[in-house]
Amino acid sequence: MIAEAPPLLDRLPAGAVVAQEGPDAPTDQPTWIVRRDSLVDVLRELKENPRQRFDLLLDLCGVDYPDREERFEAVYHLYSIPRGERLRLKVRLTEADPVLPSAIPVHKGADWFEREAYDLFGFQFTGHPNLRRILTHDGFQGHALRKDYDSARRWILTEENIYQPKLVAPRSLENGDSMFERMTVNIGPSHPAMHGTFRLIAMLDGETIVASEVEIGYLHRCFEKMAETHTWQQVIPYTDRLNYCSSFINNVGYCRTVEQMLGIEAPPRAVWARTILSEFSRIMDHCVCNGATLVDLGALTNFWYLFQPREEIYSLLESVTGARLTVSGCRIGGLIAELPPDFIARCEHLLEFIPPLVDDVEKLIHKNRIFMDRSVGIAAIAGEEAVNWGWTGPCLRASGVAYDVRKAHPYDLYDKVEWEVPVLLGGDVYDRFKVRMLEIRQSLRIIRQLLDRGMPAGRTIIDDPHVALPPKDACYNQMESMIYHFKLIMDGIQVPPGERYGMVEGANGELGFYCISDGGGKPYRIKVRPPCFPIFSTFSTLVNGHTLSDAIATLGGLNVIAGELER
Amino acid sequence: MSVAPNALKLPGIQEHPKTTEPRRMTIAERLYLPLLSGLGVTIRHMFANLFGLRKRVTIQYPEERREYSHRYRGHHILTSRPDGSVRCVACFLCATACPAECIHIEAAEHPDVNIEKYPVVYEIDMLRCVFCGYCVDACPEDAIIMSNNYDMAYYSREQSIVGKSDLMKPFTVDPGRLGYRPYYPEEDEKRSQTSSQGFDLVGAARAKSAPATVAH
Repeated sequence: MIAEAPPLLDRLPAGAVVAQEGPDAPTDQPTWIVRRDSLVDVLRELKENPRQRFDLLLDLCGVDYPDREERFEAVYHLYSIPRGERLRLKVRLTEADPVLPSAIPVHKGADWFEREAYDLFGFQFTGHPNLRRILTHDGFQGHALRKDYDSARRWILTEENIYQPKLVAPRSLENGDSMFERMTVNIGPSHPAMHGTFRLIAMLDGETIVASEVEIGYLHRCFEKMAETHTWQQVIPYTDRLNYCSSFINNVGYCRTVEQMLGIEAPPRAVWARTILSEFSRIMDHCVCNGATLVDLGALTNFWYLFQPREEIYSLLESVTGARLTVSGCRIGGLIAELPPDFIARCEHLLEFIPPLVDDVEKLIHKNRIFMDRSVGIAAIAGEEAVNWGWTGPCLRASGVAYDVRKAHPYDLYDKVEWEVPVLLGGDVYDRFKVRMLEIRQSLRIIRQLLDRGMPAGRTIIDDPHVALPPKDACYNQMESMIYHFKLIMDGIQVPPGERYGMVEGANGELGFYCISDGGGKPYRIKVRPPCFPIFSTFSTLVNGHTLSDAIATLGGLNVIAGELER
Repeated sequence: MSVAPNALKLPGIQEHPKTTEPRRMTIAERLYLPLLSGLGVTIRHMFANLFGLRKRVTIQYPEERREYSHRYRGHHILTSRPDGSVRCVACFLCATACPAECIHIEAAEHPDVNIEKYPVVYEIDMLRCVFCGYCVDACPEDAIIMSNNYDMAYYSREQSIVGKSDLMKPFTVDPGRLGYRPYYPEEDEKRSQTSSQGFDLVGAARAKSAPATVAH
């Protein structure tokens, strides 16, 4: 219904917005092709018109089609939280003139996404205040995700190319009325408080941060480029390494997207196990995040309590998939293997094991004034502002916006069980912590109900030789299965041409996979919508005005995972 | 652009909060009173650990080890034929399926015409390997499987490239230490019987190493 775009945008010149139709049009969500000079008007109209309200810019990415006359596409994924609708905008650009207006005036969250598109595709965003490389280093030349980029090429970052930020203190502090001397400190990229490889450059006035900038890209591993040279099945181990604290959810997100492109569904048993293991992974991720936040604030005990569930959940995952951290637990069409016979016993054991430890941490922390003094009101962000910055997940729910993919667009078995989306209004470090603790309880509730429903009978992987490897004895004993086996390994799964944006609720927000297939055995393009990317782009705005120690507390509470942030 | 008056009445439409409402402390919290219940928690844990009322959660690695399932994806094993020669027929499926491109094979004619080919060189770069198990899934001969050995440490990068002799070492084919391999349901059954509490891995590790600790 929103495909009938133009009447609403009647102020715009004719042809500024055209709904993409025809045989090659995407089928998963309405797609409009927008002329670049109207882009900002369209985005603003979509956001502000009360009938549209596309208030969340989920993702911005480039796609390269070297054979087309207009070689590049800039793809915007929009979402309307109030209406629960999705919309994709495409702007077509030529190679000679890849210039388009910046969307920052409408969506602040576009900032880093535009820098990424500039970095990897060379798009020029006019009006962007700080358009420089973000994932690759400043000595890098060329644009890595263009199809004609030679991926064997290496670039060395020399001393003189290292970016030196010039921080400008806000006008209010320029009069020299402060009694302290200004000092600029550099934290990271290798610093125990930075939880990964981030670099924070902060200008301090006494102990207060007056201006800051974050630098990322130290863990960039070209996931999206590598995905283009691997078969669809081979991408799964790479997805483990996105959010490595809850790698199973990444597997599910990717496999579900490819399954939708293939038009297949995993068998009920696999879906059941996926839901349970995803929820356990979410518990694990929240435990790590909250545990680490508390360590940064000096509350080490909680870290030990919260890491016990994590170790035991790893054992469950290991008994199913064979690995603890990088599980590669899903296959396109199902799971890696049949569930072990003690699967339910292990889950029951965990359901008894986890709640007392969560209780202990809540008793230690929730009413603890020492923690509250460090967290209440720190780095607070209101819901509207958070949406503007592109936030999703527990951090957004702590700011009072009840958006959860599992509720808004239920997948797997989330609509078959009773659970609630915890929402708090503080928007600060304390409420982010608390939302995660509440979500652990909800996840346990989901798992309890799923276990009570009982394990569905049947296989854990689809019985389709074009997608899943045949069972080993069939492969050894039947000619036909043997041929399928060889074909699948050598050519890969043949995904029909098309594009799809698939999403799941990752542990720190909406995890999206935008996959494009050209009909071959390998993805044409995979773009990950990493939930912590827009969240972390807000970091420097959040911490300005707070003390340096608050910045550390904030970073822990945002749950930024370098593997996913930088892909 | 005129705003349709009923737009805001559409189901589910609501405004996002424009301000934050931070939590307010109660008087008890201001006086640090809830800290006492927190102290209770830590003291309970301390005494439980001190008097062994509760199982300790730490294990003394490497004397004690967590017991991993027989699906664990560890160091690879090249299986052999009854006569001790390598079972692999150098079909290159594992190298094709490998997402990390860490398998290097050089094939040659086998003297036995029924076997046709065998690998002269079969090397896995253990530092490149991501232990995804795709090679095991791909193998049409059960020639490559995995053990649950996760102790892999090398002094140099060259050492990490392990060849046929390392992959076929007899210790790795200890049936108790097998890891991920083509799916065998009967082993799942066996395992769940042998360790009635398969999930209590710390306890299992401690029970195993207990005699050794007593002897000291």
